[in-house]
Amino acid sequence: MFETFIEAIHQAIILIWKGDPEVFSIAIRSLSVSGLATLLSCLWGLPIALGLALSSFRGKKLIRGFFNAMLGVPTVALGLILYLLLSKSGPLGIFQLLYTPLGISIGQSLLITPIVVSFAASAIESTDIGVKDLARTLGASRFQTDLAVMHESTWGIILAIVASFSRAFAELGVAIMIGGNIRYVTRVLTTSIALETARGEIAFSIALTIILMIIVFSLTFIINFLRRT
Amino acid sequence: MRTKLFVIIIVVIIILIGWGSYTYFNTKMTTKQLLIVSTTTSLYETGLLDILKVEFEKQHPSINVSFISQGTGLAIQTAMRRDADMILVHDPVRELKFLQDGYGVNRKVVAYNFFVIAGPSSDPANVKGLSPTEAFTKIKEAGEANFAIWVSRGDDSGTHAKEKRIWKSAGFDTTELRTMSWYLEAGTGMTATLRLTDEKNAYTLVDLGSYLNNYANENIKLGIIVDAGKDILNVYSAIANNPKKTEVYGSNFDASMKFIEFLVSDGVQQIFADFGKDKFSKPLFNPYIKLLERGNNQELIDWIQDLAYYDGIECPLHYRYEADDLYQVIHKELIIAPIILDFQN
Repeated sequence: MFETFIEAIHQAIILIWKGDPEVFSIAIRSLSVSGLATLLSCLWGLPIALGLALSSFRGKKLIRGFFNAMLGVPTVALGLILYLLLSKSGPLGIFQLLYTPLGISIGQSLLITPIVVSFAASAIESTDIGVKDLARTLGASRFQTDLAVMHESTWGIILAIVASFSRAFAELGVAIMIGGNIRYVTRVLTTSIALETARGEIAFSIALTIILMIIVFSLTFIINFLRRT
Repeated sequence: MRTKLFVIIIVVIIILIGWGSYTYFNTKMTTKQLLIVSTTTSLYETGLLDILKVEFEKQHPSINVSFISQGTGLAIQTAMRRDADMILVHDPVRELKFLQDGYGVNRKVVAYNFFVIAGPSSDPANVKGLSPTEAFTKIKEAGEANFAIWVSRGDDSGTHAKEKRIWKSAGFDTTELRTMSWYLEAGTGMTATLRLTDEKNAYTLVDLGSYLNNYANENIKLGIIVDAGKDILNVYSAIANNPKKTEVYGSNFDASMKFIEFLVSDGVQQIFADFGKDKFSKPLFNPYIKLLERGNNQELIDWIQDLAYYDGIECPLHYRYEADDLYQVIHKELIIAPIILDFQN
């Protein structure tokens, strides 16, 4: 067992070092699919977070509670629901999104929207009190106050985005059910790890897993580094 | 520092948009026709289909063929939902149902091999050399006496269906068996099931292609315990989706038919015959059309037709659609060909 593991790591290093074109294209596809998903979720997630954090209205707690509850939605559950919706015999079949990268992106963006909303809203709220009062005392308008608060919570928002990207990047359920793991089309890092393990190509799986982890960790590392400077 | 920070954020966002549009246009701008084939894990995991993809796209540059690897049960369901354009599976009973329900047309038997019973070389149930049904009975007895474990695919695949039929012909009901402690259900693809079987030192039913592939890759140490008999013949067929059922979203019927014609063409039949020969010293799959053409093994042809033909015909006439050529080629070898054509005219 131990020997296999050593051999696997050896193979992983060779694979990464030589820059296997297929592995490279899978990694790029993973990045672009989850990148688009993150972008989409920010498009509607950040305005919702701002609205929730900076204004008060009836039912606000209910909505916050909903997004908090959705943080833990199982990826397979979402994958299954979307699969049935996007199937050609399903209600959204007309868009022909099943088994396309765009389909995965949309699925993942729904998956991570609660992360963007909850984390960003918390970040904005936590800087809220002092800054808001200060801005008001200095004579800022409502809009200017909101801007100042957002400015103060930039890092919190960035962390929310990074966390949601990592979740999209590392999830399997949506990618395999919506994407179908088609080679050269919808095969991403997580689905190929699942396939290669099922195929018994353990060493190759470990190599892909190492690449996956390197990307996730280095992203977090870069963000932390930027934050310090 | 603030400005630097915002520059970074903007750069990140631009990169995200760049990636995003890259994927988007990558999917939208392909002018190629997309053909989706849902197929079984036993075919896909051996890597044969990757070779066929390259060859097919060489012959038909305007078509992009993609495979979705599922168990036969799920593969058929995917096609019924019209999410796949054709199926390449190995379960004649459910294939007939697929045709009868009006979802598929133009069935074509493509290749065959045998299932084997793989198990620990110590053979605790002592079934070596028995017929499949006898072996199943003995494994059950040994299982009840805690000598042996059986691992079932348990995923409604073609292999699973075969296994259930052998249990049935041995006189047992799988709904009862699955409640017993010596009968495990893996619920996954073939390789994962084999690895589970290997870990548990158990017995399982596996197609020869998957067995040889995994044995050569040192995934498993299991031996072939039972490997002969008509009962464990494994026949792969291709069926196109019925274009009348798929026309709402534009049918890929033409491309599907091209792929089926491709599968029975001389060149591809030769690929079946050669695939795995160098690595395993015997082929993983055997070409069916070549077997017909050689015509020197009538017993095997009879076995296959007995198992995978419906009343002596591979695709009954009313399940054919604009495919006279396809069947003409095949029946050239058989005397019944003219009768069929007359009937159709």
